[in-house]
Amino acid sequence: MSTPLISLPPDRPARLCAPEPGREIPRRLQDLGFVPGTPLVIRRRAPLGDPVEIEIRGYRLCLRLAQLDTLHVEPLDGNGATPPRGTR
Amino acid sequence: MSAAPALATGPLRIALVGSPNTGKTTLFNALTGSAARVGNYPGVTVERREGALVRARRDVRILDLPGTYCLEGETPDERVVADVLAGRIAGESIPDALLVVADATTLQRGLGLVREALKRGLPTMLVVTMIDEVKARGGKLDLLRLSRVLGVHVVGVVGHRGVGLDQLRSFLESPESWPQRAKLPPADDATQRFAWVDQTCQEIAAGALAPDSRTDRIDRVLLHPFAGVAIFALVMILLFQSIFSWAVPAMDAIDGAFGALAALSHEWLPEGWVTDLVADGIIAGVGSVLIFLPQILILFTFLHFLTDVGYMARAAFVVDRVMGWVGLQGRSFVPLLSCYACAVPGIMAARTIASPRERLATILVAPFMTCSARLPVYTLLIAAFVPATPLLGPIGVQGLTMFALYLLGALTALGSAALLNSTLLRGTVSVFYMELPPYRVPTLRLLARQVWGSASAFVKRAGTIILAASIVLWVLLNFPKAAEDPSLTAEAQAQANLRASAAARLGHAIEPVIAPLGFDWKIGVGIVASLAAREVIVATLAQIYAVGDPEDFGGLRDAIVNDVNPATGERLFTLPTALSLLVFFVFALQCTSTIVVMARETGSWKWPALAFTYMLGLAYVGSLTTYHVSRALLS
Repeated sequence: MSTPLISLPPDRPARLCAPEPGREIPRRLQDLGFVPGTPLVIRRRAPLGDPVEIEIRGYRLCLRLAQLDTLHVEPLDGNGATPPRGTR
Repeated sequence: MSAAPALATGPLRIALVGSPNTGKTTLFNALTGSAARVGNYPGVTVERREGALVRARRDVRILDLPGTYCLEGETPDERVVADVLAGRIAGESIPDALLVVADATTLQRGLGLVREALKRGLPTMLVVTMIDEVKARGGKLDLLRLSRVLGVHVVGVVGHRGVGLDQLRSFLESPESWPQRAKLPPADDATQRFAWVDQTCQEIAAGALAPDSRTDRIDRVLLHPFAGVAIFALVMILLFQSIFSWAVPAMDAIDGAFGALAALSHEWLPEGWVTDLVADGIIAGVGSVLIFLPQILILFTFLHFLTDVGYMARAAFVVDRVMGWVGLQGRSFVPLLSCYACAVPGIMAARTIASPRERLATILVAPFMTCSARLPVYTLLIAAFVPATPLLGPIGVQGLTMFALYLLGALTALGSAALLNSTLLRGTVSVFYMELPPYRVPTLRLLARQVWGSASAFVKRAGTIILAASIVLWVLLNFPKAAEDPSLTAEAQAQANLRASAAARLGHAIEPVIAPLGFDWKIGVGIVASLAAREVIVATLAQIYAVGDPEDFGGLRDAIVNDVNPATGERLFTLPTALSLLVFFVFALQCTSTIVVMARETGSWKWPALAFTYMLGLAYVGSLTTYHVSRALLS
């Protein structure tokens, strides 16, 4: 079950999925480590709602909401093993 | 394993390559004994620089490069890296070896760049920085194993404490003997690269680190929707208030010292024009600017501390939305904020912005940010004309006025960006990404070094631009002289001489243009002189008053407060005049260095010409409005 990253609630661990067919993760995000299979967590939104702070590969990065549209994730449970049932 | 390529004769050149904010410059400073600027903020280094390895047995040059996430750069600062590594910089060959720098806490990303570097086939080794933080966060890192897996030398360091540097230094002296792994196949994409990274991390059993709980705790407060914004505003207001309250004793001391020096030189040196030049030209001119050194020190201490601790990146995170409204982005924020020190490094820091459109907009509005050269002007006028009434605790009316001027500059920058965005620079917003580094406590030594680095640039300006301007002005203010009239008192004769001088004639010539702003010819001369550099106006006014009344010149502040128009008997400098002049300095682009760097960075004189005209127009209209509105309100 994949869900758009934009709808992932804060502090919920997830794993990056392959993008939808015909779409591609922007090259720059790939260089930053956003490749399918990578675990990530949304830490918080900025006080004004945008951008968001994402923790990935041991560091924290802020990205604007508009840039998340190619990113889809699979939420993980607490220990990052299996996806929970009935996510969205 | 392939054989090491033959190394060129002459100095050995080793390039530092790594992601932003991994401590390359700290390492560079430690290896070469330099004092280049560092900060806990991604993108502090935007140009390459070279330094010799200290205490080395052969001539080894270390090249510090801007941080980059990949070796085929996108942004102007990343292209510097690509160009250096490809030997595309004129007169420079490809570096002899690569020293890849990775931050121990973000190896899962940093190793991606190691993979890229290994594809180059140059002698390569890895230095892992901040190894102390891994331990502090309950992780472990087996560097020997990492070295075996990668097939290259790996050294762990704590750059600012000097841990691991001796071993690194000895490696750097002989890249010929570094183990070389077989050149990796060049064609692969990010997915394969990070699959390799993940596998490497597994092989060395580098598990995930415990979350940085200190950073989490601090961010919960500083990035809180309400508290975060309130704290940001409070920090800024406190900064401007502290500039007033803490600097005063030191400023008075410097002022007194220069006054005494001028008096002594009048006393000791033989009477004549040389003595006058030294006392009223050089000492009064340079001294009037140097007394602001304590404030500059406080400002830079604050700015460097906030950057080093990691707060600036948070500030950019908080305001990115606002920047987005006017067509800029969070990455524009820090170049703009560095303009609080000086627009020149600020404009250069705009190189970290990937989109040419947003970069140009950032460069064009940068001079509106209140640089430290405006500080002497603001302080002089505020201290002279704004009452020191306390409002709340340490915050007073003077500090708040200062804060308002900074705010006016910043808001005008944003408004102008919005204007550019809807006229000359239409387009879509580009990708924005920025790292939020962990909070780190800077060492006192590092902080002191940085503050001194910035402050000495200010002192150097006082010794060069201000000194030269003071001498030129002194000549213009003293020649030609009026005819000697024995019936006049010494003071009246001095006034007559001043009126006859070339500078006064120039001032009177432009008076009709500036009179509507509430300025007299003296301010006019100051404004013309300040086109070279803003703080020259302070030196100019100091000289005009010192020349006009050499007998008891008791400091510039008293002189402008007490200056009266001989015809009407009214004070020349009133609150509306002071406010009008302040507003003029908020808006006008009076800085030769900024204009030159703007032309260099945009590759055309068209943009600085546009910025100069626009800002001067805004300054005129702004001052005109301020003068008349405040006069109407105060009468």
